[in-house]
Amino acid sequence: MEYVKAFAVGGFICVIGQVILDNTKLTPAHILVTFLMVGVIMGALGIYDPILEFGGAGASVPICGFGNSLSKGAVEGVKTKGLIGAFTGGIEATAAGISGIILFGYIMAIIFNPKTKN
Amino acid sequence: MDKLNKKEYQKFSDKKSPKPKYLKNIVMAFLVGGIICAFGQVIINFLKSLGLDEKAVGAGTSIILVFLGAILTGLGVYDKIGKVGGAGAAIPITGFANAIVSPAMEYKREGFIFGVAAKMFTVAGPVLVYGIGSSVIVGLLSLLFRR
Amino acid sequence: MAIKRVGSQTVKLENPPAIISSHSIVGPKEGEGPLKAYFDLILEEDLWGTESWEKAESKIQEECIKGAINEAGLSTKDIDYLIAGDLLNQIIASGYSARQLGIPYFGLYGACSTMTESLSLGAMLMDGGFADKIVCATSSHFSTAERQFRFPLEYGNQRKMTAQWTVTGAGATLISPSGPGPYIKCITTGKIIDPGIKDAANMGAAMAPAAMDTLINHFKDTGRDPSYYDLIISGDLGYVGKDIVIDMMKKEGYDLSKNYTDCGVEIFDRSLQDTHAGGSGCGCSGSVFNGYIIKEMKKGKFNKVLLMSTGALHSTLITQQGESIPGIAHAVVIENKREG
Repeated sequence: MEYVKAFAVGGFICVIGQVILDNTKLTPAHILVTFLMVGVIMGALGIYDPILEFGGAGASVPICGFGNSLSKGAVEGVKTKGLIGAFTGGIEATAAGISGIILFGYIMAIIFNPKTKN
Repeated sequence: MDKLNKKEYQKFSDKKSPKPKYLKNIVMAFLVGGIICAFGQVIINFLKSLGLDEKAVGAGTSIILVFLGAILTGLGVYDKIGKVGGAGAAIPITGFANAIVSPAMEYKREGFIFGVAAKMFTVAGPVLVYGIGSSVIVGLLSLLFRR
Repeated sequence: MAIKRVGSQTVKLENPPAIISSHSIVGPKEGEGPLKAYFDLILEEDLWGTESWEKAESKIQEECIKGAINEAGLSTKDIDYLIAGDLLNQIIASGYSARQLGIPYFGLYGACSTMTESLSLGAMLMDGGFADKIVCATSSHFSTAERQFRFPLEYGNQRKMTAQWTVTGAGATLISPSGPGPYIKCITTGKIIDPGIKDAANMGAAMAPAAMDTLINHFKDTGRDPSYYDLIISGDLGYVGKDIVIDMMKKEGYDLSKNYTDCGVEIFDRSLQDTHAGGSGCGCSGSVFNGYIIKEMKKGKFNKVLLMSTGALHSTLITQQGESIPGIAHAVVIENKREG
């Protein structure tokens, strides 16, 4: 059941993105930023939690889950460290993904060459 | 053509332009996005079964998914997933990885400082700028309104 | 008093230059398309042994120019001018190919209209008596255009249905004051027409009005109508632009339904090759003209051809600043008969 929920929630979030892509002149980069910001705002207001509760990975894997983590991390940081926590909390909560992608990105660039499309 | 009415021409050319395959795109976005997320759930459950705490599970899942996105980009597979899945491939964190790894690879020939490292964030940089920037604002606001 | 001018935008060449040889090189995908039998060389892979796409494009152009010169039994020393251009920033594919060739060089930027822009200027130089042998050339490369104008190759975006596929390829034409032909008879130079389209994924629509403006002025200046030609072919309007041109020209009183097509429509098979709205790029009209059209003219299938390469003169920078895409189209008339 968990998997079905994750599939459905994640799929549904992506469908919203696809509808925006197909009906506007926005690029995937715009969509990424928009969904991220929606996640940040929903996280700040605490309304992303119910979706996360229900959808599991379906809500955490899309980029809005990343936004939610960022803003929840900042709020959490403020609780434990005060003002400094506002600056450190967001990145702390998402550090694993960000550091991972920088390292992996660099390694992939060394190993692989881009191939042309056909 | 000097007296072309731009508004009318825009309408006319829109009519002449083929439309996206809406239904197919939506179905594929749902399937591809859903599969990636369901796979994320598999990883979460696996890490939980190892007895990791909630934070470690979240961090571990991010690392594994980002790694998969990166390696599939390197192997030249993710652009094909993206072509089929559209937003279904772009919105999951694996798509974020694709957006970072693809320019890094593309600009290798321009060197490792101004090429790989500088161009890595051409597509995904805005995500970090807006994400991290706004998270600090959220933190500051929560400090203001805490009591 | 410019005695060779006819009407507002057209010149008739007094001594029509002869096309004494032509050469075309294309990439693997173009080599699987409907025109594959016409190209002089089809590459197996589009890096062609070089380290980067840019270097590959420059090599394609250089080899294509050499191919045209060899075919005429000449050497680079015999050539008075090389007139070439491409899509890349600072037209480096042409500059670096000219570096290897050692021919006096004029670099052009006309985006995808470069083939007819170089033919126009080359033919006028020759008719003016300034040269005996001129090579007019252009090139484009899918992978260099993608990274300059769009996204990295491994980025997983979906191409819009109106998007066109940049042709990997080059074309070179060698002209001389005399020879068996075909001959460049007449030139109509286009004005920039900007219909206000801002979508860089819909170039056909952005360039179509420029193409129509050049066509209408050509017909007015020469007093001809479309039926004068066996073939009227635009550079890279693709399916969307071609459709718009046929429809809107009909409203202007010109029937193009029988003898008009577009190089971008002809070079790929849309249903098999997933190229959406068709081919584009300098190399599109460059390779189709120097491959397909000239060969068919020599066989006599076409005797009177109007070739009109179309270009979009924008950059990624200016479109991000919210500007629309200005289009241009230059027409060149090529006929098998020198007189008349």
